[in-house]
Amino acid sequence: MVKKTKSLNLNFGPQHPAAHGVLRLILELDGEVVEKADPHIGLLHRGTEKLIEQKTYTQALPYFDRLDYVAPMNQEHAFALAAEKLLNIEVPIRAKYIRVIFCEIGRILSHILNVTTQALDVGALTPSLWGFEERETLMTFYERASGSRLHANYFRTGGVHQDIPLKLIDDIEKFCKSFPKIIDDLEGLLTDNRIFKQRNVEIGIVSKQEALDHSFSGVMLRGSGVPWDLRRSQPYEIYKDLEFKIPIGKNGDCYDRYLCRIEEMRESVKIILQCIDKLPKGPVKSIDGKISPPNREDLKQSMEALIHHFKLFTEGYRVPKGDVYTAVEAPKGEFGVYLISDGSNKPYRCKIRAPGFSHLQAMDYLIRGHMLADVPAVLGSLDIVFGEVDR
Amino acid sequence: MIGEKLQKLEKLINSELAINIKNSSIKNNELLVEIKEEKLIEAVQFLKSNDNCRFRQLVDIAGVDYPDEEERFQLVYLFLSHEHNIRIKLLIKLKPNQNINSLTKIFPSANWMEREVFDMYGVKFKNHPDLRRILTDYGFKGHPLRKDFPLTGFNEVRYSEKDKKVIYEPVKLEQNYRNFDFESPWEGTNYIKNIKKIEKDGKKN
Repeated sequence: MVKKTKSLNLNFGPQHPAAHGVLRLILELDGEVVEKADPHIGLLHRGTEKLIEQKTYTQALPYFDRLDYVAPMNQEHAFALAAEKLLNIEVPIRAKYIRVIFCEIGRILSHILNVTTQALDVGALTPSLWGFEERETLMTFYERASGSRLHANYFRTGGVHQDIPLKLIDDIEKFCKSFPKIIDDLEGLLTDNRIFKQRNVEIGIVSKQEALDHSFSGVMLRGSGVPWDLRRSQPYEIYKDLEFKIPIGKNGDCYDRYLCRIEEMRESVKIILQCIDKLPKGPVKSIDGKISPPNREDLKQSMEALIHHFKLFTEGYRVPKGDVYTAVEAPKGEFGVYLISDGSNKPYRCKIRAPGFSHLQAMDYLIRGHMLADVPAVLGSLDIVFGEVDR
Repeated sequence: MIGEKLQKLEKLINSELAINIKNSSIKNNELLVEIKEEKLIEAVQFLKSNDNCRFRQLVDIAGVDYPDEEERFQLVYLFLSHEHNIRIKLLIKLKPNQNINSLTKIFPSANWMEREVFDMYGVKFKNHPDLRRILTDYGFKGHPLRKDFPLTGFNEVRYSEKDKKVIYEPVKLEQNYRNFDFESPWEGTNYIKNIKKIEKDGKKN
């Protein structure tokens, strides 16, 4: 006699602490084995792309902080680069260094959050308590540079908003000296931890070919052994003058991706230290008065400056007709902006390419045949932030 | 360096795919190739398999809406070749209600990207396994990224204390949405330049 079995449908999220935000997963289960996963996204959709079409280029930038809110400045960077490419303007060298410093801080911010929450998902509480303390320090650096901890709005077309305070550089350097010790501590808790390994090794394996087919980028791609990092292969800003290694995984499982992220944090620290060493003096935004606003002092003295200030903050600047795609290596992968300008002061179209979107899409393929308990582990190693997936 | 690579690639594509291509251009160090919509699959397959192309990753699909043109919708496919470290953009123009072939057979990742284009612009994809809305709400009507869709939308959502549930209502704004046109109609500095030029020329004569 054949027993008839029916698969069980389980609704995971959207209010589940291990769903990393507002993910609704419809799981089809056979006993404890996942047969199919159908992610429902869009619960955090705010229409960023539509809003950007209504705003001037200056006003559009803060929306990028709100995409991947774990590493805000990396997002801003992609948009600033796109506008700069269309405008064809040069960014002062000091601004480039400052940008790189803060992008790498963003990478550390994101990787700490991901590594520790991944550990949290598989049952380790301590790493997140330790890690968040460091995140707090990093966010004060954000605050001291831009005035806000999270939604920085610090990058501008043609540079950064303001020069950084003098003491900040010393404090960042101090942090970089002490942080590797914290990474060691985190590793001490996790890397050889029996439970952590049982939950992550050989879970969610992605082959090289599959990683390419599913449009993976960043750690998801490198974890599977594809040596590809935009900072190295299509260098922007000053990355080609810096020395850093690109960690590559071997097996493409959750554990390798964890190891890659840990190593990337160490490399980021090295990059920041190099930047601090070389940090040149000079202006921090484009000297083109038609794009960057005048100094505050000039406003009190010069009529011309006042007019420019007024025009820049009402009309904004016009961007030549054309379309560009620029991508940066954000902590989560290739974050790209496809910008179309019709020659006016507002973008005609701004398509945001979020790495998490493609990664989450592969959820069904990654989780099929795994146990229900592996869902949070795989989800954790995908490094999903719903701000960027839903846009 | 990148420029040379792109020129070579442009030449190659133009010679190999000649009949399928409407035009191609290199601007801002990026190659944009416009192809006929019925030849999409062929072109993509060529780009993926040819040894000099090897575009093995579909990065994104971007829809664009030009409401005043006859071919209203544009789709821009962004591809990346890791082996040759090069990018390419494929452009396709579509009339309203015109369908386009799905790429899901060649690139599984096209699935959600096409769903997003469908959701945002209402462009339909032939042979797509699962063409549902993706980013907008369950039961949403309209295609929000079309230029004729209002920024404020049509419906708003709130929790009703009376009904003890979340309800949908037509959008009511305390203040109408205001979109100021700040763009100055005249080119401020141009006429000064012209006057100066005339003065200069006059002196010369």
